[in-house]
Amino acid sequence: MNAESAICARGIIRDFQAGQSTIRVLHGIDTDIRSGEMTYVVGESGSGKTTLISIMCGILWPTEGEVQVFGTDIYSLSDTELVNFRLNNIGFIFQQYNLIPSIDAAANAAVPLIAKGMAIEPARQKAIELLEKLNIGDQANKLPNQLSGGQQQRVAIARALVHEPRLVVCDEPTAALDASSGRRVMDLLREVAVAPDRACIIVTHDNRIFDLADRILVLEDGRVTHDGTDMPDDH
Amino acid sequence: MLWIAIRMLTGDAQKFYGLLFGIAFSTLLITQQLTIFVNLIERGASGVYNAPEAEVWVMDPVSRTTDVNYAMPSTALDEVRSVPGVEWAVPHLRAVASVRTGTGDLEGVAIIGVDDATLIGMPENMVAETKEVLSQPDAVVIDDGGVFNLFENGEDPIGQRLELNDQRAVIRGVADSIPSFTSQVVLYTKYSQALNYVPGTRNRLTFVLAGVTEGETAAGVADRIEEQTGLKAETREEFAQAGVDFIVQNTGIPTNFGITVVLGFVVGVAIVGLTFSLFIRDNIKQFGALKAIGVTNSKIVGMVSAQAALVGAVGYALGVIGTVTFIWAFSGNPFFKGFYIPWQIPLISLAAVVVILAITGWIALRSVLNTEPASVFR
Repeated sequence: MNAESAICARGIIRDFQAGQSTIRVLHGIDTDIRSGEMTYVVGESGSGKTTLISIMCGILWPTEGEVQVFGTDIYSLSDTELVNFRLNNIGFIFQQYNLIPSIDAAANAAVPLIAKGMAIEPARQKAIELLEKLNIGDQANKLPNQLSGGQQQRVAIARALVHEPRLVVCDEPTAALDASSGRRVMDLLREVAVAPDRACIIVTHDNRIFDLADRILVLEDGRVTHDGTDMPDDH
Repeated sequence: MLWIAIRMLTGDAQKFYGLLFGIAFSTLLITQQLTIFVNLIERGASGVYNAPEAEVWVMDPVSRTTDVNYAMPSTALDEVRSVPGVEWAVPHLRAVASVRTGTGDLEGVAIIGVDDATLIGMPENMVAETKEVLSQPDAVVIDDGGVFNLFENGEDPIGQRLELNDQRAVIRGVADSIPSFTSQVVLYTKYSQALNYVPGTRNRLTFVLAGVTEGETAAGVADRIEEQTGLKAETREEFAQAGVDFIVQNTGIPTNFGITVVLGFVVGVAIVGLTFSLFIRDNIKQFGALKAIGVTNSKIVGMVSAQAALVGAVGYALGVIGTVTFIWAFSGNPFFKGFYIPWQIPLISLAAVVVILAITGWIALRSVLNTEPASVFR
């Protein structure tokens, strides 16, 4: 297993304004995410896990601190450079999938390729190959509302991986799935999203899948309270 | 990404058709109302256009239009004829009278007395018979629009007798004329006969129509006529414009049509703005996801612009087609006779559509651009 550092976060602080008061959500987090591992970020609601991965994947500016993704200090990039960095290096799987309802599964999965400038048909073909690998190649021409939740999740996974990013970020991938479906999705993710040169971060509080993690970071009140291969006994 | 943008838009059929309806309705309202307005006010010049031979119109200085006139002494005709550069000059009488039809109805009509010898002052074309029928006793020629007002559908006006200010008149022909602003029935007759039909006053010569000799300009001759006779002389174009200006200045028509056009614009902004905002709101998560994935703001602007452009192009085309269909469908109605769509009006509608889409698109776009990519994780 390649254990090189994919993300290096140092001194991450994030404050939010709530009326007149300032709320500190993250309190100087230092952590590394390694390639070749499936890393879970777990914690109670409000613990700051979504804020942390938003910062680590370049979609939310930290109040203080530095984030290097594959050696690039992403917050020193210009807005356009950062957007392009995300497009080239990061794949996202959202909790609610956020598929575009009026285009079919193949086109949805092909969105990152189309955004990179690839023509529609070659992009679709590449997406269909990936959908076949995810066992929903026969659903490629269906609209999202014609697919089950699990199938939509697979389309979202295909969309996250189609452009072969080096970092995959998943937000609560099993929240809308039953236990067996959730485990199948996680097995699938491990199969397709974890590679020696690729890191995978999963935000979850689904304790049914904790045993599938290579590494677990526990956040409490904006601080990392545990960093190990298993959940601590008191959770 | 433009393909995705278009599919996002057309995939939501309700909102897509709502947007099309908004733009098409606005375009239709603006184009159709402006078309009717322009054609209507141009009818203020119909009296001038119906006497195509006249290059210069001479009148009493207080006369303003073909319908708002003050009669001159009959000697004015000779005065005009004596002006250098005037090739010919003929008398022209315009007055109103009441006519009693065969069924006993009373109708206000315009009497136009044209030159006995040359028939200058008549419309160029006839719908039935020829201009020469005016040489028959008590002959009048009715305008084609007037046929619809005076006679039942299908009734042949030729040979019909009318009682015109207690005088006998017989319709001998139908002229192909541009309807007047008021769509009043017009009866053409010889000048000498017209003097019998209108109540006797000292002066009854309302206009002198003149032609200019070769090498002279109508404007130059008109100036010379004014200088030598003290009468008012205007070229055909000037007098036609005066008729249009009179309607614009003395009626509430521009205001009323203007209000309708503004309402068309406001309705367009309201419908399109509301629908576009709803469409963007429904898709805000998808736009947020696209931003997180790595679609730049400039591409998002391109996507929303493509959506607006599609809606604008299709909606505008539907609106213009609707207007053309409306004008075509009513072309058989005498009120709409000769109506056309000046090329400037579709351009004005297009500008209005562009403004509507720019306003609504900008409002919709703002919410997309303000969406933080991180919001997709919430």
